[in-house]
Amino acid sequence: MKGLPPVLITAIVLVAGFALCAVQFPNIASTRVVGNLLTDNAFLGIVATGMTFVIISGGIDLSVGSVIGFTTVFVALAIERWGMPPLVAFVAILALSAAFGAAMGAVIHVFDLPPFIVTLAGMFLARGASFLLSTESVPITAPVYATVSDFALRMPGGGRLTAIAIIMLVIVIGGALLLQLTRFGANVYALGGSRAAASLMGVAVGKMTIKIYMLSSLLAGIAGIVFSFYTSAGYSLSAVGVELDSIAAVVIGGTLLTGGQGSVIGTFLGVLIQGLIQTYINFDGTLSSWWTKIATGILLFAFIALQQGLVALARRPVTKSLGAAT
Amino acid sequence: MENSPDPAPPLLEVRGISKSFGAVRALQEVDFTLRAGEIHALLGENGAGKSTLIKVITGVFPRDAGIVRLGGDDIAPRSAKAAVAAGIATVYQEVNLLPNLSVAQNLFLDRQPMRFGIVREGEMRRRAKALLADFGLNIDVAAPLGSYSVAIQHVTAIARAVDLSARVLILDEPTASLDRHEVEILFGIMRQLATRGIGIVFVSHFLDQVYEISDRITVLRNGRLVGERETASLPRLELIRMMLGRELAETTSTRASTGEHRAREVCASFENYGKAGYVTPFNLELRHGEVVGLAGLLGSGRTETARLVFGAERADGGQARVEGAPVRLQSPRDGVRHGFGYCPEERKTDGIVAELTVRENIVLALQAKRGLHRPLSRREQDEIARRYVKMLDIRPADPERPVGLLSGGNQQKVLLARWLATSPRLLVLDEPTRGIDVGAHAEIIRLIRELCDDGLALLVISSELDEIVTYSDRVVVLRDRAHVEDLAGEAIDVGNILAAIAADAATVALEAHT
Repeated sequence: MKGLPPVLITAIVLVAGFALCAVQFPNIASTRVVGNLLTDNAFLGIVATGMTFVIISGGIDLSVGSVIGFTTVFVALAIERWGMPPLVAFVAILALSAAFGAAMGAVIHVFDLPPFIVTLAGMFLARGASFLLSTESVPITAPVYATVSDFALRMPGGGRLTAIAIIMLVIVIGGALLLQLTRFGANVYALGGSRAAASLMGVAVGKMTIKIYMLSSLLAGIAGIVFSFYTSAGYSLSAVGVELDSIAAVVIGGTLLTGGQGSVIGTFLGVLIQGLIQTYINFDGTLSSWWTKIATGILLFAFIALQQGLVALARRPVTKSLGAAT
Repeated sequence: MENSPDPAPPLLEVRGISKSFGAVRALQEVDFTLRAGEIHALLGENGAGKSTLIKVITGVFPRDAGIVRLGGDDIAPRSAKAAVAAGIATVYQEVNLLPNLSVAQNLFLDRQPMRFGIVREGEMRRRAKALLADFGLNIDVAAPLGSYSVAIQHVTAIARAVDLSARVLILDEPTASLDRHEVEILFGIMRQLATRGIGIVFVSHFLDQVYEISDRITVLRNGRLVGERETASLPRLELIRMMLGRELAETTSTRASTGEHRAREVCASFENYGKAGYVTPFNLELRHGEVVGLAGLLGSGRTETARLVFGAERADGGQARVEGAPVRLQSPRDGVRHGFGYCPEERKTDGIVAELTVRENIVLALQAKRGLHRPLSRREQDEIARRYVKMLDIRPADPERPVGLLSGGNQQKVLLARWLATSPRLLVLDEPTRGIDVGAHAEIIRLIRELCDDGLALLVISSELDEIVTYSDRVVVLRDRAHVEDLAGEAIDVGNILAAIAADAATVALEAHT
C-alpha cells in the first residue's frame, strides 16, 4: 500500500549490494549461496515478519529472541527427556508462546503501559524461564529432525531450498497477504496511524493489541522450532539479540519505527541484506564476523536518515497549503 | 422555544445535564434541543462547557445527571462508538482520521466490503468514490488521506459520519483551519445534509459564519445555559452580551477609581507591530503603573497579541521599543532579557511545573534569566520563596509543597511570583482569573492593582468584561485579529466594549479604510 519508495530503495540496495559482491566473488551469484542464505536466515525472516506487524501498529516486541531461546530448550527437553512426540511438543510450545504474547498485549492495553517496558519484562521472563529448564545445550536426536534437515528442493545450479527456508517463505508471503489484504491488516496500519482515532472509528483497539502481540510471539515460537531444526539442539543462550536484528531488518525494509507505514516484503529484503553482508564476510575470510554488525549499524543509520528525509518531504506541501489557508 | 411546539418530538433532546470534574462544575442543568433538518450553533467562550456538553452527549464522559433523548428514546452511550451506533457522529477540529491510510480505507475502516476474509479493494474504492461524489469531491481515493488538504479531510470525516447513518452530526470548530472558499464548500454540504433531515450542531467562534449558516443558536456560559434563540431574530450585540456579559442590569458595573492620572512614562511601545495571518499590525503603548486590558472574543487575537509582545511569537513587521530604545523580540528569552514576564492562559500545560515545589517554580524564571553559570544558592532560593509566599499570601505557606497540590488561585499566585522574582518592568497576564474560585478572584484583582501601583506595567487579557473594567486604565478591544478600539478613562464600561466587539461588518470596512 504505502511506503513503496522506501521498499524500492531497500530493493535497490539489495540488488546493488548483491551485484558488488558478485563482482568480487563470482561464486556468490549461485543458487547454492542463495539457498544457504535463505536457510541461515530462516528464523530471522519468520520473527521479523511478526515484528513488522508490531512496529507498524506503533509498538515494539523485545521478547522475541528470548521466546526463540525458550522454544528451543522446551522442544529439546520435551522430545528428548519428557518423551513427547515432536508434533505434540510443537503444538504445545506454539500454544504457550501465543498465550505469552496475548498476555503481553493484554498488559500493554489494560494498564496502558509502553510496549517497550512490557516486552522488555517479557524478554527477561522468557530468557530466565529457559535457564530454569536447562542451562546446557540439549542435542535433539529425534528421527524427525534428521528427515527435515535432509529434505530440500533441488534448485537449478545445485542450490538446495531447505524445509526451513520453505517455511520462512510461506510465512513471509502469508504475512504480506495478511497485512495487505485483510481487515486485520488495515487495522494494524490504523493503530499505527493513531490509536485514539482508530478507536473513535470503531477499531477494537484492545483486541487488536492482543492479537498483534500474540501473532508476534507465535511467529517467534515457530522461529524457535525452525532454529532447533537449524541447530538440532536446544540451548537457553540461543538467539540472544535476535530481537534487535529483526528490528533492524524491519527498519531497513522501510517500515517506519513510529508506526503506520511499512511492509512485510520490505522486511524480507532487510533480512536478505543482513544475510548478504554475512555471506560477503564469510567469502572474504579475513574480516571478523562482527563487521556484520558494523555494516548493519551503518545501514540502519542511513535508512533512518532517509526516512526522516522522506517524512519531511511528505510534510512540506501540507504545511504550505495550510499556510496559504490561514 | 417561543415557537409553537412541534407535533413530533425533537430529534435530539438534552435535559438537565450536569457534569463535574472533581470540585469544578463544568455543566449545570444544561438543556439543549436539536430539531431534524436544522443547523444549530452552540456558542460560548473558552470554558463555557461546549466541549463538555458534546462529550457528555456522545458518551465520551459519563454524565452526573440529566437525560439525552434521540428521536424520543432515552439513550446513554458509553463511548463514542456507541454514540455513533445510536446515530450521533462527531467531527472534531483536528480531524480524527488516519492520515497514513488511503481515503477509501478511512471511509470504510472496520466495515470494508469483504469476500472470503479478504478486503475487496476495488469494490471499496468504487463505493468510496461514489460516496464522495455525493459531496462534490472527485479525488483519488487510493491516495493516503494525509496527502490531501484539511478541507478534504474534513469532508471525508463528514462523509464517513453520514454514511454511518448519522441522524445527528456534531461539527466541532470545523472551519478553524479552512480558507474562505473551503468554508463555502463545507457550508454547501451542511445545507444539503440539513435538507436530508439530519440535525447539525455547529460549534464555532466565528460569529459571521454562525449568522451565515445557523438556524438557531444556543449559548452557554460558565457551564450554564444562557438561552436558545432564533438566529434571524437575535441581534449580534445581544448575542455577544449573552456570551460575555452578565444580565443587562449588571452590566452597569463601573470601574473602581484608579487613582490620579499622572503623566506616566512609557515602558514599552509597539509600532505597526504584527505578523501576517496572526495579528494585524497594531500600535500599543504600555506605561509604568498602568493596566491595559485586552478584550475581545475567543480567537479575536488577544493571546496572539500577548505572545507577540512577549516574544513568544516573532513579528514580521513593526518596531518594538523598551524605555524608548529599539529592541528585537525574537524569542521568549529576549522578552525575559528586557524585563518582560508572561503568565499564559493554560496554567497547567504552559505555566506551572506541577511536580516541582513552590520554591522551585518561583525561582525558575529568575534562574533562567541569570543563566546556568550563576546558580542561585539554596539559601537565596529559600529567601526568595519565603518573601513571595508571604507577599502574595500563597497558601498553604509551605515553599516545599509540590505546586500541583495547590488550588488554582494559589497556582496562579506562584506563577505571578515566578515573574515578580525577576523584577520585571512589564507583566503580561493571560486570563489570570480563569478557573479560580470567587474569593481568590478578588484577591488576584487586588494584586494586579497593587503591582501596578508599584510602577509595573501590566497587560491583562480577560473574558470577564466586568473584571477588565474594574482594573484597567485603558482597554484595547480586538476583533478578527485586529485592534479595533482603544478605550480610556470614562469611556471604559462594559457597554462600550460590547459595542466595539459587536460592530458590524460595515463599520469594520470603514475603519479599515481610515
